[in-house]
Amino acid sequence: MSYDISVELQLRLYGTMLRIRIFEERVVDLLEANEIKCPTHLYIGQEAIAAGVCVALRQDDYIFGTHRSHGHYLAKGGDMKQMMAELFGKRTGCSKGRGGSMHLVAPEVGLLSTAPLVSGTIPIAVGAALASKLRAEDRVSVVFFGDGVVDEGVFYESMNFAALKKLAVIFVCENNFFATHLHISERRVRDNIVKISDIYGMPGVRVDGNNAVEVYYAADRAIARARGGAGPTLLECRTYRWRGHVGPKWDLDVGLRRKQELPKWLAKDPIVRLKKHLLEDGAVSLEELKRLSADIEQEVEESITKARQASRPKEEELMDYVFRENKGQESHLAQD
Amino acid sequence: MHRISYAEAIREAFVQLLSRDPRVFVIGQGVWSPWYVGTSMEDLDKEFGKDRVIDTPVSENGTTGVAIGAAIAGMRPIVVHPRMDFMLLAVDQIVNEAANWHYMCGGQVNVPIVIRPIINRGGEQAAQHSQALHAWFMHVPGIKVVMPSTPYDAKGLLCAAVEDENPVMYIDDRWLYEEIGDVSEELYSIPIGKGVLRREGKDVTVVAISYMAREAVRAAKLLEESGISTEVVDLRSLKPLDTELVLQSVSKTGRLVVADGGWKTCGATAEIAALVAEKAFVHLKAPIERVALPDCPAPMSAPLEKAYYRKAKQIVAAVEKVLS
Repeated sequence: MSYDISVELQLRLYGTMLRIRIFEERVVDLLEANEIKCPTHLYIGQEAIAAGVCVALRQDDYIFGTHRSHGHYLAKGGDMKQMMAELFGKRTGCSKGRGGSMHLVAPEVGLLSTAPLVSGTIPIAVGAALASKLRAEDRVSVVFFGDGVVDEGVFYESMNFAALKKLAVIFVCENNFFATHLHISERRVRDNIVKISDIYGMPGVRVDGNNAVEVYYAADRAIARARGGAGPTLLECRTYRWRGHVGPKWDLDVGLRRKQELPKWLAKDPIVRLKKHLLEDGAVSLEELKRLSADIEQEVEESITKARQASRPKEEELMDYVFRENKGQESHLAQD
Repeated sequence: MHRISYAEAIREAFVQLLSRDPRVFVIGQGVWSPWYVGTSMEDLDKEFGKDRVIDTPVSENGTTGVAIGAAIAGMRPIVVHPRMDFMLLAVDQIVNEAANWHYMCGGQVNVPIVIRPIINRGGEQAAQHSQALHAWFMHVPGIKVVMPSTPYDAKGLLCAAVEDENPVMYIDDRWLYEEIGDVSEELYSIPIGKGVLRREGKDVTVVAISYMAREAVRAAKLLEESGISTEVVDLRSLKPLDTELVLQSVSKTGRLVVADGGWKTCGATAEIAALVAEKAFVHLKAPIERVALPDCPAPMSAPLEKAYYRKAKQIVAAVEKVLS
């Protein structure tokens, strides 16, 4: 692994990952205390991917996510307090208590929502890229998804269309080897997701998804290519989710494989790896990293306090947002 | 005003919408073909370029998702499905994503997309080239459904659908393409959710949808010869439904026939009958009659088609029944 990017960038990657980790570790507590009740899919262990890709993006680039998108939301710059409030089902949540953990939105930083149905956001991300092309903008559109998506037909429809029209999309597969409970070896004949790109004549890059710097490099190249009008790229980032499919449990009862595999992946913690490098390199002191961690902990605690204090949606607000009222106003991202 | 056909009115709306608003684009199977979508989109690609009038691979779900994504990112796409049957591949994107998106985002992001499935039936096309499934989409919150029956409405509702901030399903029927009517030359929109009285009457109300509205007017003319005064309500929009217009008319006549070109069970006629039973029961002088397709797949052979499809004749019979 090569670390020849600036210390500042490495620290941004590290800080982004740590912020996701600390946030989610506290979400684990809140789930166990039954303070958060909505279905919550944890990203712990996969943080290098959201960090590596989003640090390489511009704020006005679009991203789309899945049910496991706390990391994408934070990495792209979504407001932590609003996400915490959403998990609590409060009116101040990013989705006003209509979405929960699976429907996170932050249009001000290009996150046009996450959605849990497997492959649902794939063509939508391609469509956002088509919008950029029609407006002659150089915005890039990124879609994060799990390895389960490659089992769905619409993934291939979307890859084909994106390649055909040379759209600025990056398909970021977070291959954590599980679609809910089922291991990839029980779903596919070969472990070759990255090769799907060949069929559509687009680059496919397999990277260590537990190495934020490596993800950053690959994403940066793919983004530059897309922005330049050369079309889409498929990134296969190999990683592992530490916790179960949903909720804070470890899912060790899911076949024998997880019991064998998990300890190996815990040893490849992306945050510990980058921390070790930063310290060994003398780029930063342990004190500085501790201070960073303490600051994030405080930020998370504040988000919890705010979420607890916020009010719940009122019953009479049930029908709000079914339709947007037509007042002659234009879509929030509309061009004049 | 000029007198043009229903298909020409749709094409005129496309031309004017594409000319007026750079956010509007068209995407769907067959839009570069001179025959695939009838004459309603002929040569649009030559006029506006293949970047804005996009023919697609055979990927209904992907294509619809692409259009949804573009709408989310601020464009005004019109996605075309040359047969409503083919659109069923895209129901996941339409229902799970487009219809729910604005709500599940707490109103932060809207989906101003127009989805245009075309109903094309008859001519021995059989079961997979004939289906009229508009009732499915009435059922789903978050999506509007319009079904114009005249050239004037065909143009005005397409414009309203594009201007709407929400997903709108615009459903046209090729049985109406040759209808001729007066259409304003300039672009105009007709409010979504407003029906219209095609004919005033006092003895019975016929609430009708799409081509059955035309058939209802024909039926009313025949009934007039027997001295029966029929009021015809053309709904134009199925969602939102113009409940006020329906209830007003039924309150006046006390008798209701509902006529629709879809299936009967859980169809549009069922919803309208239930509405009247709930809100205007006291005004009813007779049981409600429904004219809809039998619960049978669309057949092929001509005599079976004749037995299957409903026209003015069945509406006349239903009116006579509620008056007997």
